[in-house]
Amino acid sequence: MPRVAITGQGTINPLGKSVSETYDAFKNGTCGITELEMQDIDRLSVKIGGQIKGFDAEEHFSRQEISLYDRYTQLAILAAKEAIGNSGIEFEGELSERSGVVIGTAGGGLTTQDSSYRSVYEERKNRVHPFVVPRLMNNAAASNVSMAYNLQGPTFSVATACASSNHAIGVAYQLIKSRVAKCMIAGGSECMICFGGVKVWESLRVMSPEKCRPFSKNRRGMVLGEGAALFILEDWDHAKARGAHIIAEIAGFSMTSDAKDIVAPTLHGPVRAIKGALNDAQTNSGDVQYINAHGTGTAINDRVETAVIREVLGTHADNVMVSSTKSMHGHLIGSTGAVELLACTMALGEGVIAPTISYEEFDPECNLDIVPNTARDGKIGTAVSNAFAFGGLNAVLVLKSTT
Amino acid sequence: MENSIYSQVVEIIAEQAILDVSDISPEASLEELGLDSLGIVESIFALEENFGIQIPLNPGDPEKSDLDLSSVGSIIREIEQLVLGKNS
Repeated sequence: MPRVAITGQGTINPLGKSVSETYDAFKNGTCGITELEMQDIDRLSVKIGGQIKGFDAEEHFSRQEISLYDRYTQLAILAAKEAIGNSGIEFEGELSERSGVVIGTAGGGLTTQDSSYRSVYEERKNRVHPFVVPRLMNNAAASNVSMAYNLQGPTFSVATACASSNHAIGVAYQLIKSRVAKCMIAGGSECMICFGGVKVWESLRVMSPEKCRPFSKNRRGMVLGEGAALFILEDWDHAKARGAHIIAEIAGFSMTSDAKDIVAPTLHGPVRAIKGALNDAQTNSGDVQYINAHGTGTAINDRVETAVIREVLGTHADNVMVSSTKSMHGHLIGSTGAVELLACTMALGEGVIAPTISYEEFDPECNLDIVPNTARDGKIGTAVSNAFAFGGLNAVLVLKSTT
Repeated sequence: MENSIYSQVVEIIAEQAILDVSDISPEASLEELGLDSLGIVESIFALEENFGIQIPLNPGDPEKSDLDLSSVGSIIREIEQLVLGKNS
């Protein structure tokens, strides 16, 4: 079976408008969580988030494009542009037909839905813009990326809540491994930071009023973020033949369902997912050196995830670095795994482990080396990225360095 | 009043078609000006918003419409009627 290389990556997220800006923020332990700016903020009790500031769509898109692109599509197209440039790949001829796009997103064009509902329900308007449907549909980002860059192969969106982009990347990896595709653009895009988007999370009572502190005893919940990250996944031999720089190898993937509870995590489902991904990568648990945790900062997630990691790794868990970059960029829901995968490519490619910032107090139920507050140098060869979603859906990727 | 409707319609269509106002002749159809089906729908939306009227048209089924939207000039005449009807 073909091996799968990552040959390009692009992002726009609360930490930066490129991969290099994001890497710098990871290295410096920068917090991208700020005061939210939006209409009716006084009606929200949650007023912080990983919001992308200083983004002007008109700098990047024409008026016609803006009328067709929800914010999440705009971010996806910019991430794709950076990733394709980074990879140096050109989609033409047969390669176009053997290449596609899989984008994870939970809410799709949610900001378009939010503003359209506001205008018909609150402002009592009887007319909305005619492009509301093509803007809000869940596959809008995937379709527009395929149109912008001429990818004519398998193209679709994946919606598995907080695991969406890990599922997207994992399925894209499988499409290349099974020789259905030569090259895939995969990752996630999500813009849930709008009045309705924040209001529904606030109502679930899982949101922190101040900072996201994964694994810290005084953690108070999650913080919402927004953004996109996309990767160029490429058939290994194809990448080698064109002399592409290989950033890392996607070596394994597994997905499981808890089949138990719509919001509460279980031990068994995530354990099977990590074990399955390691098995797919033909890697022993003893080789794992870094885990990018799901690490939401809620009381239950971080406690259960610690138990999951201990169950899979046994005593080796004490030797493994585990960090949650959600402490810096917040929970990007459908795109969170994609932005977090950048922490894995940075660890593998540059030998720097992104920290878990805002960490204050040891929790005996989260007794892992969570790389508190400060990034750490460390040459590693194998990294695992966890995503455990509402609905009990787990998706785990295993990445390896190229050396 | 008529001149103002004329210039407003031409301005809206020119913006949608990314053309100069001087390039919009009354004889031209929207298709000839380069507007595709989405562009036509968006133009109708912009005209409705601008004049506060309803243009009862389904471009997917133009035969069913009593409106003559075959050229810029006919669109202007239809909008004049609709605006008149609204104000009467």
